[in-house]
Amino acid sequence: MKSMFFTQAIDDALAQAMAEDPCIILLGEDIPLLRRNLLVRFGPERVRGTPISESAFLGAGVAAAMAGLRPVVEMYMVDFLGVCIDALLNHAAKVEMFSGGKWSAPVVVRAPCGGGYGDGGQHEQSLWGWLAHIPGLTVVVPSTPADAGGLMLAALQYDGPVIFLEHKLLSESWLEFLGSGGRQNVQYDVPPEGAHGPVPQKWEPLPIGKATLRCSGEDLTIVSVGVGVHRALKAAELLGAEGISATVLDLKTIAPLDKVALCEVVSQTGRVLVVDEDYESFGLSGEVSAILQEEGVSFKYTRVCTQTTIPYARNLEDQTLPNVERICAKAKALVRGFGKSLAQEDGN
Amino acid sequence: MLRSRLFEEAISKLWHDGLISGEMHLGTGEEAIIAGVISHLREDDSMALDHRGTAALFMRGVDPVLILRELMGYPDGLCGGMGGHMHLLSKEHLAASSGIVGAAGPTAAGFALAAQHLRPGALAVAFFGDGAMNQGMLMESMNLASAWRLSVLFVCKDDGWAITTQSEKLTGGDLNDRARGLGIPAVDVDGLDVSAVWETAQEVMEKIRSGKGPIFLHANCVHLEGHFLGYQLLKIARAPLKEMPEISVPLTRAFLRPGGANLRKRLSGLKTIISAVMSTVRDPRQDETNDPVSQARTVLQSDSERLQELEDRIEKEITDVLASALEEVPS
Repeated sequence: MKSMFFTQAIDDALAQAMAEDPCIILLGEDIPLLRRNLLVRFGPERVRGTPISESAFLGAGVAAAMAGLRPVVEMYMVDFLGVCIDALLNHAAKVEMFSGGKWSAPVVVRAPCGGGYGDGGQHEQSLWGWLAHIPGLTVVVPSTPADAGGLMLAALQYDGPVIFLEHKLLSESWLEFLGSGGRQNVQYDVPPEGAHGPVPQKWEPLPIGKATLRCSGEDLTIVSVGVGVHRALKAAELLGAEGISATVLDLKTIAPLDKVALCEVVSQTGRVLVVDEDYESFGLSGEVSAILQEEGVSFKYTRVCTQTTIPYARNLEDQTLPNVERICAKAKALVRGFGKSLAQEDGN
Repeated sequence: MLRSRLFEEAISKLWHDGLISGEMHLGTGEEAIIAGVISHLREDDSMALDHRGTAALFMRGVDPVLILRELMGYPDGLCGGMGGHMHLLSKEHLAASSGIVGAAGPTAAGFALAAQHLRPGALAVAFFGDGAMNQGMLMESMNLASAWRLSVLFVCKDDGWAITTQSEKLTGGDLNDRARGLGIPAVDVDGLDVSAVWETAQEVMEKIRSGKGPIFLHANCVHLEGHFLGYQLLKIARAPLKEMPEISVPLTRAFLRPGGANLRKRLSGLKTIISAVMSTVRDPRQDETNDPVSQARTVLQSDSERLQELEDRIEKEITDVLASALEEVPS
């Protein structure tokens, strides 16, 4: 079976789509170097470097999509969307509604996200909840190479703006470019199944808005995305040794969220733990609870999320981002009752 | 300048030893610009820095041990280990860094606005690269500073590169003309010559202090380590045999793969990559005259004994700084 690294899979799916659809173009800072393998195959007209002018090239990407192209606009990092959010918030997300459903902006915004390699709080955010908050934006966060390629293909076929987030801890090239810089003496906690894995011979689009069950258990459901899925799976393994069996649901898409799958798996266990690398307040973790309540599911709830600006110091960063220890502690408290252990965990 | 150079070489060592985890952008090569400007700062002045701010903070008088301990993420570092190298802040020095390209523009404008009210006669310096000149927020801040006659010195450290992209390929017009178009006087200076920067900076900063509004100082430089440590293009240029196979095999495969552009367009794509690599291989870093510290050393050779004494003293100072910085983490 064919296997690939995470970013390699995305680029491979992108190449397949570009060969079939001449309307797909790539633009972004340093794209000629970063996507060099696509540049030499599809030429500089379709693989374009941009100046450091995010408002201009993202805004142009949105409008080019409205006018018939299928642009993939790459941001250096999701954090930098702060510079140019207007193009998404006030334009891409609203075209369809404003035009009475007659016009849309099928742009794919591809951006590395996430932390775990010591780059500080301005370069390691997740922000998917912030983006998914805006009606009209679709937000996908794959956790394996197979999902990454398949969802990229789906994003390219989708009739509207899609934010495609690529976790840097899973990406062989981003982690080398922004983290190690070729050094052998720095270590990052990379989940191997997320960074490298089997991929199909030919890419097929995966459905946007469909979650996947990663493992099944009876005592609680852990819901997550991206690297969080792998942390949850590791936690599920450790919990299993202590007699607690967990279901792990990989949402894969933040917006639209797979409500059906969510309600179904949580109904089965009656307990849900959301593991979200994005900020805790007003985000995905709260949304999960709201949906379950609206749908009348009876459940107990807890969450492990990022609560503050991500610290630069590696040890503090590891404690701030959802880690296996925090997940296990909260899971045990959820299953065995909110007693002493949870109070201790919160006090840390 | 020499202190800053040795200080940043110490940072480089910490990075190569794995004691700094993520990105590290050094200011080696731009010391003459920083030193020439910062020498004229007064107590009430402020600084808006980019992702490459360690040299400026060091020269402004921030404790170097605190900087190094911050870069290693220690709780007793400059920002308690919370900020890191792209987000170094010193309230005491009115100095703020940011990892967002162009953010030095609005920050300096805001610092200068506060100065108008609270610290008359004080000015704000914004340090940024030529890549940032294409960032909207910087251009908008230049206009704002011009319209409000804010006391800002906009310093463009022009190394010709926007990360791995050659700036000239993606920049329309002339940077000085751009500033002038916004009503800001633009002055060119040789950023490799510390005396020239010192003299020009003195002149323009006096003008700014007299309330005449912002000035744009355009200074050339060569970043000796490229955009950041581990910079891909420099790695290829320095160790082509080690780096090239990993890059060229998938590149060739993609170039030959059926489906996609015609040969002419494919060749044009290949040319773009080769051009970026070649201009790094024809490395201006190899020419000592592009290093402001070497230039200063040449000038100071006239009193070689004193120069040697100076170098020995500074080397010892930085060695001591490094030793203190590497002391145990307080429990």
